[in-house]
Amino acid sequence: MSNNSFSLAELMIVAASEAWRGSGEVLASGLGIIPRLGASLAKATHSPELLMTDSEAFLVEEPIPVGPRGDYVPKYSGYMPFERVFDCVWHGRRHAMVGPTQIDRWAQSNLSVVGDYKNPKVAMLGVRGLPGNSINHRNSFFVPHHSKRVFVEGEVDMVSGVGFKPERWNSSMRSDLMSIGVAVTDLCVMDFDGPDHSARVVSLHPGVSFEMVQENTGFPLGQVVGLSETSHPTAEQLAVIDKLDPHGLRHKQLKGNPPGIRKPEEVRS
Amino acid sequence: MNKLTTTSGVVESLRDGMTIGIGGWGPRRKPMALVRELLRSDLKDLTVVAYGGPEVGMLCAAGKVRKLVFGFVTMDPIPLEPYFRKLRQAGQLDVMELDEGLFQWGLKAAGLRVPFLPARAGLASGVLTHNPELRTITSPYKDGEELLAMPALNLDVALLHVNRADRLGNTLITGNDVYFDHCFARAAEKCYVSAEKVDDRLDLDAATARFNTFERSLVTGVVEAPLGAHPTSCGPEYGWDMKHLKEYSDGAAEESGWQSYRETYIQCDEAEYRQRNGGDERIASLPLPIF
Repeated sequence: MSNNSFSLAELMIVAASEAWRGSGEVLASGLGIIPRLGASLAKATHSPELLMTDSEAFLVEEPIPVGPRGDYVPKYSGYMPFERVFDCVWHGRRHAMVGPTQIDRWAQSNLSVVGDYKNPKVAMLGVRGLPGNSINHRNSFFVPHHSKRVFVEGEVDMVSGVGFKPERWNSSMRSDLMSIGVAVTDLCVMDFDGPDHSARVVSLHPGVSFEMVQENTGFPLGQVVGLSETSHPTAEQLAVIDKLDPHGLRHKQLKGNPPGIRKPEEVRS
Repeated sequence: MNKLTTTSGVVESLRDGMTIGIGGWGPRRKPMALVRELLRSDLKDLTVVAYGGPEVGMLCAAGKVRKLVFGFVTMDPIPLEPYFRKLRQAGQLDVMELDEGLFQWGLKAAGLRVPFLPARAGLASGVLTHNPELRTITSPYKDGEELLAMPALNLDVALLHVNRADRLGNTLITGNDVYFDHCFARAAEKCYVSAEKVDDRLDLDAATARFNTFERSLVTGVVEAPLGAHPTSCGPEYGWDMKHLKEYSDGAAEESGWQSYRETYIQCDEAEYRQRNGGDERIASLPLPIF
């Protein structure tokens, strides 16, 4: 059952949740409100086997709503402080969705600096856990504003998360433990499963054409056979999302909180 | 045995050019009373090793940092640390930027007294290319895998803040996450711990004793510093002070921002500092963050 009244954020939450389908008993980490709601929706619906935390230090079997908790009392099933997260990361049973500042054609990502490394134009957080995450377990991306500033033409300015660029590897390094899931953007869903791990558009959000995505991406894109529209949230999914986000934080994540179904001119504006 | 000292006692034992590890994580359980004492001192040319929060920005703003060993610097709800950015973007900060897990690995290597520990993290990334001192190593076993040899992060001093301690150097961390303070303690030549409360001797039941995460033989000195993590959080006792951190952060946009922060919050003793932040009662009741 589809519902005509849903926001772009809700469409992206549902698309994000699909990233974790079939991942198995892995720690699902969605960083940021939309990825976290995506992971929570996945666990609450199609993938209850996922491991999840309260975003602090405890494992939960029931995803915790985002924002102030009111009367909600979390029920814990285990312990997962940072030190154990690190163990879990290097062991590989994790699938994170992160929002890097830059992503390149090789699926390399950047959270460190924009510009020259010694004299950066913009210093961000630092590489955080991206080098270790990306070389050890599956990672997906969340991109709230799909543009050439994010999907850069050349290589990202500082390779924080590793990717498929052959020059960065040698034959005695293990590159087989890394894997890239999808990139959920405000225009489409992409993966890096084209020839030689090239980027492809997997589905287009309503009102978006392949050409529009390509115009806003710094490198050439392929597309899957039978490219279709991103699945609309069902009424059931929207009800679960509402329960997971009782304060409507999802409405504040994308500029202007656009509707899920847009005309092409609305997408361009 | 009595390891009780004061913030100034700790800072007097430090020297220019030292490598100083700071416990906690981002804006969480940072030894801020000790950091403020350090900010009042003439110490300089420090190498700071931290999962960075506002203490890194403050030390940068005060011109104390020659080199920063880090995986991130952030104040969580205020993601970008303004004074760290300023120095970094001015090209005036020598950095060793590491993956969070590699950082832990470096502390572990130091604590285990080995020159390095092997890791996959960092390979194929900018961590390897931008840190020319990092080397790789080939596994001597039949797999022959090439790995990063994460060098030991040997610390001259570690500064930590915990919930409770005693004069012997026993410590308890009762918050939900103990972070990596135990790794800092073991990686350091000397370790100074400030605590919300210092007893003569901890006499605990078994369940409470499990909150002890490193042994007292690693602890050089103990300082009583009530609310000493402010403006960072110290679960389960008090949360971070976002009003204070926002004022600190907003100030960075102004020419005299650090100067005025310094005058208001650094150039006074800890009792006065707490008073200027609304008093003990207000700080003690700052709500714990919800994640």
